[in-house]
Amino acid sequence: MKLSRTKVFTDEQYSVLIRTYIFPLIAVALFLGLWGISASQVQTSLGQLPGPTAVFQQASNLVDEHIAAREKEVSFLERQEKRNAAKLEKDPDAVVKIRPYTGKATFFDQIFTSLFTVFTGFIMASLIAIPIGIITGLSNDLYRSINPIVQLLKPISPLAWLPIVTMVVSAVYVSDDPMFDKSYLTSAFTVMLCCMWPTLINTAVGVSTVDKDLINVSKVLRLGWFTKVYKIILPSAVPMIFTGLRLSLSIGWMVLIAAEMLAQNPGLGKFVWDEFQNGSSNSLGRIMVAVIAIGIVGYMLDRGMLMLQKKVSWDKSVVLR
Amino acid sequence: MKNIHLNIDHISMEFPTPDGPYVALRDVDLKMAQGEFVSLIGHSGCGKSTVLNVVAGLYQATRGGVVLDNKEVDEPGPERAVVFQNHSLLPWLTAYENVELAVKQVFGRARSSKTKNKAEMKEWIEYNLHLVHMDHAMHKRPDEISGGMKQRVGIARALAMEPKVLLMDEPFGALDALTRAHMQESLMEIHADLGNTVIMITHDVDEAVLLSDRIVMMTNGPAATIGEILKIDLPRPRDRVELSDNANYNHYRHEVLQFLYERQRRPGEEVVAEEASDDEAAPSLKVVKTEAA
Ligand SMILES: Nc1ncnc2c1ncn2[C@@H]1O[C@H](COP(=O)(O)OP(=O)(O)O)[C@@H](O)[C@H]1O
Ligand SMILES: [Mg+2]
Repeated sequence: MKLSRTKVFTDEQYSVLIRTYIFPLIAVALFLGLWGISASQVQTSLGQLPGPTAVFQQASNLVDEHIAAREKEVSFLERQEKRNAAKLEKDPDAVVKIRPYTGKATFFDQIFTSLFTVFTGFIMASLIAIPIGIITGLSNDLYRSINPIVQLLKPISPLAWLPIVTMVVSAVYVSDDPMFDKSYLTSAFTVMLCCMWPTLINTAVGVSTVDKDLINVSKVLRLGWFTKVYKIILPSAVPMIFTGLRLSLSIGWMVLIAAEMLAQNPGLGKFVWDEFQNGSSNSLGRIMVAVIAIGIVGYMLDRGMLMLQKKVSWDKSVVLR
Repeated sequence: MKNIHLNIDHISMEFPTPDGPYVALRDVDLKMAQGEFVSLIGHSGCGKSTVLNVVAGLYQATRGGVVLDNKEVDEPGPERAVVFQNHSLLPWLTAYENVELAVKQVFGRARSSKTKNKAEMKEWIEYNLHLVHMDHAMHKRPDEISGGMKQRVGIARALAMEPKVLLMDEPFGALDALTRAHMQESLMEIHADLGNTVIMITHDVDEAVLLSDRIVMMTNGPAATIGEILKIDLPRPRDRVELSDNANYNHYRHEVLQFLYERQRRPGEEVVAEEASDDEAAPSLKVVKTEAA
């Protein structure tokens, strides 16, 4: 007893610890090593391909730039406030100007812009795809009519949609005092067009493949149409709907980066493109930071959706990962 | 029979298949009295579930029909509650909520005489779960309870509809022997209390003899029909341990076993049954055995 109490972990716990943490850590270390070695072999026109250390250096630079920009903003606003207060003291009726700070967007601002845009597109897509999916899932005839269109639109690349969306937004969204930037709308609509299909298809399949026994239960109970849909069909389709939503969000994120790059819309994609055009010796490192950030954000979005999916899924027998 | 409660009147069932119609049932005819407990027994695939589904109204017979209390059955409804083979509980609802769905549907509307208010409904749901001994796990979801408990909830849901006829499709087929014995006891108690008319499909000869007033033995398909009907004249309440050395009980078991394993051994051997059902004038080979020797 005494002996085992002095031990921090049991053998069992050790092996779990090793499997869950040590093995992945070894893999990451190997990956970084390989990256460092192979990067040192490649000379580009912008200098050597950055290895892990160079990229880490650029990442901390980007953090510093962000902090500096924030400080600048704070002091700008303070100055403006002081100026206005002084003006008002002299003449209480004076018209004071309050201008927002318009500094260059930092890397982190770009991340948030991208997140905001992708969620806009994703939510619009969901609001369209889920109802259509439900309706088509309920009627075989409707499903058969819509299916060819869906199958045709589904594989279209975001790069193909982009010019059309850009033109349509410019043509339709004309306002003297626009609430949204056109670039924001273009990105969001492109995301929407590309990411609604998995949700639509999964919802339709989920709704149309409700367990026959459950349908029989609803018949024996003589549930009305609305109650049947609301109490039996929709709940049983929920796991499939969330599978679709999860796929949609990851597609949306990939599409968004491409759209931002090509259309010069603010966000991470534009950051990458700007750095590419900029072509300083730091550029490649900064692009790699962005690439890693894109990966991390995509991963976190997927984990978030997975958690949500696990939470709402009644079907605990399915292993979700 | 003087008082026909449920009349399964010469039903035939054909299923359309890619290779032409498949005759599953031919001329199945059975009359039941109020409160009677009938078991359907037969080899798998012979058409037992089909009979049950026709009575439930889930299938429409190709010929013949079902009459319950002088009213023809043409659609499913809660007065013919079904306990499905694989429980068919809604997996996202708790045991209580599953029963509640049925109770709200049957008693929640302003329907003549059968309306209950909220408190009465709650009491009724709890009472039915109590009947099947599920009080302790009322608020658990199907994936948190065992197979036997799920089947109990399925039965509670069916009972809670206050059905005239309870239809059970191999309700205990998937359970282990001990759980099954428990469930049979509960079912006998409930049947003694409530006196529902019951049709139960089973594969288990002992179960059939223990529970039934009559055992309906079906011939093999295609064109399955009723081969024999065996009346079980054992006093109730029945006790499985006492019955095990009751001569009559063993005789009944023997009868059923003989039917299943000698006369209906293999599909394709049922020449006798085919002849009988082809002959419209004499629709049966149904030998009603009343007394055991
Ligand atoms: N919906 C259906 N369509 C076609 N054939 C069916 C259908 N339902 C049952 N059958 C056929 O009818 C026969 C009887 O089936 P069933 O009643 O389920 O048998 P049991 O319950 O006795 O095992 C089987 O041969 C089965 O293949
Ligand atoms: Mg069956």
